[in-house]
Amino acid sequence: MTAADQPLLTLTGIVKTFPGVRALDGVELEVLPGEVHCLLGQNGAGKSTLIKVLAGVHKADAGSMVWRGEEVSFSNPQAATKAGIATIYQELDLVDDLTVAENIFLGHEQSSGGFVRRRQMRREATAVLDRLGHGDIPSGRKVGKLPAAAKQIVSMGRALSFDAQLMVMDEPSAVLAQDEVTNLFRVIHDLTARGIAVIYITHRLGEIREIGDRVTVLKDGRTSAVNLPARTTTTDDLVTRMTGRKIEYVFPPRPARKTATETTPLLEVKGLTRPGEFVDVSLTVRAGEIVGIAGLVGSGRSELLETIYGARKSDAGEVRLDGHRLRPGRVTAAVRAGLGLAPEERKSQALILDDRIYRNVTMATFDKYATAGILNSSAERAAAHQIADELALQPAAIGRPVKTLSGGNQQKVVLGRWLLDPKGGDESAARRSRGTRLLLLDEPTRGVDVGARADLYRVIRRLADEGMGVLMVSSEVPEVLGLADRVLVMREGRLLREAPADELDEETVLDLVMAGSLLEMDSP
Amino acid sequence: MTDPVDVAERPQEGPSHEAASRPAGRQSPLEWFRGDSGEPVRRNLALVAVLLVLYAIGAWSRPDIFLHIHRLWSNELTVLTLASSIGVVAIGMTFVIISGGIDLSVGALLALASVWSTTVATQSNGAAAVVFAALAVATVAGLVNGTLVSYGRMAPFIATLATMVIARGLAQKISHKSTQVVKVNGITEIAQRKVLGLPLLVVIFLAVAVVAWILLNRTTFGRRTAAIGGNGEAARLAGINVNRTLLLIYALSGFCCGIAALIVTAQANAGSSDHGNLYELQAIAAVIIGGTALTGGRGTIVGSVLGVLVFTQITNLFIVNNLAIEYQLIAQGVIIIAAVLIQQFRVSSLRRARTA
Repeated sequence: MTAADQPLLTLTGIVKTFPGVRALDGVELEVLPGEVHCLLGQNGAGKSTLIKVLAGVHKADAGSMVWRGEEVSFSNPQAATKAGIATIYQELDLVDDLTVAENIFLGHEQSSGGFVRRRQMRREATAVLDRLGHGDIPSGRKVGKLPAAAKQIVSMGRALSFDAQLMVMDEPSAVLAQDEVTNLFRVIHDLTARGIAVIYITHRLGEIREIGDRVTVLKDGRTSAVNLPARTTTTDDLVTRMTGRKIEYVFPPRPARKTATETTPLLEVKGLTRPGEFVDVSLTVRAGEIVGIAGLVGSGRSELLETIYGARKSDAGEVRLDGHRLRPGRVTAAVRAGLGLAPEERKSQALILDDRIYRNVTMATFDKYATAGILNSSAERAAAHQIADELALQPAAIGRPVKTLSGGNQQKVVLGRWLLDPKGGDESAARRSRGTRLLLLDEPTRGVDVGARADLYRVIRRLADEGMGVLMVSSEVPEVLGLADRVLVMREGRLLREAPADELDEETVLDLVMAGSLLEMDSP
Repeated sequence: MTDPVDVAERPQEGPSHEAASRPAGRQSPLEWFRGDSGEPVRRNLALVAVLLVLYAIGAWSRPDIFLHIHRLWSNELTVLTLASSIGVVAIGMTFVIISGGIDLSVGALLALASVWSTTVATQSNGAAAVVFAALAVATVAGLVNGTLVSYGRMAPFIATLATMVIARGLAQKISHKSTQVVKVNGITEIAQRKVLGLPLLVVIFLAVAVVAWILLNRTTFGRRTAAIGGNGEAARLAGINVNRTLLLIYALSGFCCGIAALIVTAQANAGSSDHGNLYELQAIAAVIIGGTALTGGRGTIVGSVLGVLVFTQITNLFIVNNLAIEYQLIAQGVIIIAAVLIQQFRVSSLRRARTA
């Protein structure tokens, strides 16, 4: 057996190249039993590749992997699972149509004589979930009917059922609301108390302090720091090691507050209702203003945005842009009137990943470049080029598939889609009139790394300065407070409070957002 | 193999990566050919290679035809003529499949259009009436498909399965299951006339292909079709009128069936409710081996045309060698399996190379 202080896993000099790309270039990692080891790095630093090497999806070209004192090399994911390394990916690989129990025992069903022993499996599934403190998840329910947080617990249960000694979690908190994160942390504490080690990947530096023991930082496929103490290393230090430059989590300055009477509202929402999602919501957005909605997942915020946009049909109430009423449930009409949406799920709702960047940029406007239905692809390319320059798209090779871009740059493509100006000339006047007058942003920085976030914030503020109205939704309170001019707090389908951002602080908003939620903020 | 393109995990500033640092459009032709955008071209070249292999087999088995330039030419015109009806149907099908759908009703629509346009009543109004009836009936039936799929939110497989059965039934009802001989000279002539030395049917086939290529690659309609198949939700949220586009796509497929109905009717010199039997399967097979993904989003007209030609060339080889027809079906099935296996193998090996 491994002694308690002997590392569970030691990686040295791991190299993985793909044709033309050196994704990992000498990575070191040491994980002790029962610790939460945080893996930190920007998008593109090599985190995903590294966990895929651990999970047996990729085979390292060089370097050694020592697992419980023995040199190993996994040829396939099954081998890694068998050895006791479980990976919980961001896109959970559960089967929605199977029950919780069937998912937990998928691939090693309890059976006798070829027949699945259903009852025994359910019982044992409940036992496994119990160990995670979640015996309340019904083991006979279809996984597709569970909320995201419960799915994650099921995924972890699956790992436990394989007797995993190490769980690799890829941004588990990204899909969770704040109270669910607290719960996740409690589960992780329970796991580590039993000696199970966790590799925890996140973009949120605050979480590292809360849950982590040690931190390893990746940068450009190399480890730029190993085994830093999670609680005492300063944020500055971490960020510097991730980026190699000192950056701050900066929000662009707000312009002086305009008096309310000065500008008439660009967007007017009155009494908008969709039963079960949100009730009687009224709000306004003025030209040049950024309005932020703070609220948890499930507060009805995304549904509200999509209803304003016409992607869902309202039951009551109305939406007016510039005084003109928009027909409910008509996206095409909303877009024509000047609305644009950057949806929550970038990959599934906004982009054609296999298609070229420029075609993704012009997806909402290509018919404006066309004459009599014939596309003008050189005009499209030119316009997309200009947008790529304007937003500092990296790399700006607009002929490549959009899937080759990092998360932040993909988001720029989505934003850029609404910034095209098919009517205007080539003269790049500083303040051009855009086709889009009001941007709806749903979690604009989700899955975007620290450096690229600041970039996006600047872009959004500049658009507002040019006269665009922005209505954004975010589950990160500091983001709403830092970026928006005016803040609306939403809970359980209702707007609770409205105030200028500089009159609110994080605690007040968090209190409003979380009040009445079932779980207490306790730290075990 | 394709130029490796790494997903998401590329460092954002990638001066080391050639293609990344190069401004768009500055690729060398070779890079372009080996890259993502050259993929359809590589695939079509592979189909051309298959055709060449078939010619080689022809040259080996029937040197008197395949090594004799004039006979080869006239044999190939026969092949193209034979391919024209299924080719036109496959071209319409290409749009449907690129949009992520499927149209099982094509063969039945062809039969319905052929029967409707050759009733005594229609024929009494002359050739123009026959042509109009065939095109109108098939297009309207296509619009019905489109309405069910778009506004009715039915799965294309189910909707067109139902209309397939209905259309075949209607065709039998109208014709009382008997062939309706064409008595209008203008229609019979379609199969006999030549334009610039080419049979008119071949000219129609090629013209449809050219128009379809332009429609798919150079028009907003084609772009919408690809966008809907690539990511329907994203297309909808970008303000594309998905329902209207779907309606047009299925109407287009119907229209192509109308053209094919005229071709078949002219060739057979009769309208029949048995025309177009199993066309749906042949058309889908041709589109698939032509490289259009059944999942939608990408596909080429040239590929579909080559797919049809490969099938027809096989048929032709069997005919000129006096081989039994049943072997021909077996050969076609084997080709479909081989084509799809190769496609899957390529996709999965690409995916392995790319997921970093």
